[in-house]
Amino acid sequence: MSRSVKKGPYVHPSLLRKIAKNQGVGGKAIKTWARRSVIMPEFVGLTFAVHNGKRFLPVYVTENMVGHKLGEFAPTRTFRKHSGIKARAAIQKK
Amino acid sequence: MPRIVGVDIPNNKLVEISLTYIYGIGRTRALKIAREAGVKPGVRAKDLTEEEVGKITSIIQKSHQVEGDLRRERAQNIKRLMDIGSYRGLRHRRGLPVRGQRTHTNARTRKGPGRGVVGAKRKRKAQ
Repeated sequence: MSRSVKKGPYVHPSLLRKIAKNQGVGGKAIKTWARRSVIMPEFVGLTFAVHNGKRFLPVYVTENMVGHKLGEFAPTRTFRKHSGIKARAAIQKK
Repeated sequence: MPRIVGVDIPNNKLVEISLTYIYGIGRTRALKIAREAGVKPGVRAKDLTEEEVGKITSIIQKSHQVEGDLRRERAQNIKRLMDIGSYRGLRHRRGLPVRGQRTHTNARTRKGPGRGVVGAKRKRKAQ
């Protein structure tokens, strides 16, 4: 179920505070754990260092990202797959 | 056979069914369109009058996005997700389920026909 429009988009208070203090204006990333915060139009052009549970990944906000959440741009899982499968299949075909 | 919005040539089924052959129109929309165009229920597509065909076409063009335009919009939406590097975009790139479904098993619609154990058996036969 989506969030009630009445409440408006959620942004973590500490993130708003950091932005109000002009952190990250000089191209420096704003370090944040607030993955669930919605990207507001005012965030465009800023760089965030979004925590993925282990590291802070740099996220440069563009216009298209408005309305998404910060966490969407910092994957929390390592992509794992079996090596070789494709390579083996390719050899078999020959 | 009548021709409605471009290449679509629905056959001699009921109008509300044949309209669903158009990409972007399902049963609900088809029924609504047929009703709005004043087509009597139970009429087959081949029996449509010239006038009714025109009416249906104009209704679709006016109020619905279908075929190429719709496909293009869908592709653009997906492309946007991929371009901004969002999680959903990454899932699209990998061809995995986008909305949090499990992938340990199932997810065959996105992942394509099964591989793995079956492939191993086949390998032995081939040798």
